This record gives sequence, C-alpha cells and structure tokens, in this order.
Amino acid sequence: MEREDRLALIVAVARAVIAHEEELTRLDQAIGDGDHGVNMRRGFEAVLHEADALAKLGTAAALEAIGHLLVNRIGGAAGPLYGTLALSLGRHGGNAQTLDDWILAFGQAIEDVKRRGKSEAGQKTLLDVFVPVHAVLVEKGAEAVAQLHRIAEDAAEATRPMRALRGRAAFLGDRSVGHVDPGARSASLVLGVIGRVLCGEN
Amino acid sequence: MLGEPKVGVVIVSHSIKVAEGTADMVRQMVGDAVPLAAVGGNPEGGVGTNVELIHAALQRAWSEAGVAVLVDLGGAETNSEMAIERMPPAQRDRIVICNAPIVEGAIMAATESSGGSPLEVVRHAAEELMAGR
Repeated sequence: MEREDRLALIVAVARAVIAHEEELTRLDQAIGDGDHGVNMRRGFEAVLHEADALAKLGTAAALEAIGHLLVNRIGGAAGPLYGTLALSLGRHGGNAQTLDDWILAFGQAIEDVKRRGKSEAGQKTLLDVFVPVHAVLVEKGAEAVAQLHRIAEDAAEATRPMRALRGRAAFLGDRSVGHVDPGARSASLVLGVIGRVLCGEN
Repeated sequence: MLGEPKVGVVIVSHSIKVAEGTADMVRQMVGDAVPLAAVGGNPEGGVGTNVELIHAALQRAWSEAGVAVLVDLGGAETNSEMAIERMPPAQRDRIVICNAPIVEGAIMAATESSGGSPLEVVRHAAEELMAGR
C-alpha cells in the first residue's frame, strides 16, 4: 500500500467516524453513558490531525501509531479496545503482504481485543461486528471486502435483540434489548469505510 | 519496620471529584504515610478515564513495595491495565488492580499498607470487602 492510499484510508475512516458523532451519541444515550460519540470524535480528530505524518509511516507502523493515539484520545471503554485493535493489527501485520496476511493479523488482533475487554462475541459489544466480519473475510477473501460495508452493518444491526453482558450497558440487563450497541455501530462504520476505500469507492 | 517502603495506592475514577474525595477520606483516616495518587476524568476535564493520566498517577504513587489500584467502572479498569503496561517491566508485576469497591477498597488498602503489609495482603484486605457481600 502506497502513502497516498494510506492517507486516503486514514482520512476516510476518521471523517466517517466524526460525521457519525450524533448517531453514536444517540445510541450510547439509550444504553450507555452517552459519551461514545464525543469520545470517538475526539480520538479520530487526533488521527485526522496527524494523518499526513501517519501516512508517511509504513502500514504496520502507522497502525501502531494510530493505536497509541486512540488509546490516549478516545478514553472511556472504547479507547483501550480500538487502541488495542490498531496496535495489535500493526504488530501482527508487520510482515503482511497479501490480503490473506492482513485477514490473519485481523484475527489475531481480535483475540487481543477479547483479552483486553475480557469478552467474547455474543455479549453485545464491538466484538459482535469484528468476529462475524472476520469470519466472512476468512471464508470469502476479496469478495467479502467488496461487501464489507453491508456485512458490517448487518452485524451491527444483529446486536439489537442482544442482551448486554459487558460494558456500561450490562447494568441495564434486559433493558438493553432492542437497541443497537454503539460500539458495534462504530465498528461497522470503520470496517465499512475501509471496505469502500479498498474497493476504490469513496 | 520504620523507613520500609509502603505499598502505594492509586484511585482511578471516571470523576476527578470522586477520586480526590476518596483520597481525602483516605488521608483523614490513614494519614500521609502511604504513597497516594488520585486520578479521574479525561484531559479536557470531562468525565472519563485516560491512560496517560493514570500512567502519571502510577508514577506518582510508585513504591518499591508495589502499588494497589482501585477503580470504579469498566473503562477505568481497562485504561488502568493499559497504563500498567506502560510502566517498566520490573515495576509492572508489582502493580495490582483490586477487585473492590473504590472508596471502601482504597481505605482498606491504605490502612493495611500503613501498617507495613506487603502488596498481596493489601490487596486481600481490599478484596475481602467484596467477599463479605
């Protein structure tokens, strides 16, 4: 991946997250503490601010640097999770060349996120997007990248009937049922945009 | 025992007011013998937790006897874990997050530490509060 491609990807993801601040806030006000939109905007504004410098790094090094920024700037419960994902993806993707290499690194990064959050898929978290999306990527490869947007949005939507078992929403128990998880929604945004950019859409 | 390092206590809340209020209670009840740091909120001064701020608090309260960390909700724990991982490897293993209520746990941990107890005993004193529920 060339510098311009990295820059396009970083800018597109950051802008998409920032543009959806209100939606994430609304979702988080329903079942969390309402700070997910603000926190994600703050984190990705920092990324956008550094986009040029980040894009000059190699892909793996850029991911690690983004991870540190997200950990420091997002805060909340999402900072360590998105930060761990990017850091770990950078570390495991150090020698990645092909799409398959990156899919493998993504799977390893997801395992690190599970450990960090002491969580698994099925507990109404961002893992309910990462895990099923990764499974489709493993199965279908490039074909899945072309549909990443839809696959990720479907996975986020599938958190609606779930009962939250982790995070602030777990305090609500059954009252968390009927709302899309804000972390799952932000995860679907990020993955969806990555898919679109990799396929040359904008 | 005098002059022996005592276990440090770090209080991590989403709210700096909760963290500092808890530290006030600890100082009133236990005194100033125990290295103590309170941290809370995000860098903008709002409610939240932040790895860099927690890391700085760990450094302030660092003791050769180790540090017991008390946290409130979810993100406080994960952000504290990441802050601990930023400490030098030799210090990292002597920092524990206690599974205890933040106010009562901080007071129990500091009380135990002020008597010169080692880290595992300090942690146990804080965590007994949960076992008794």
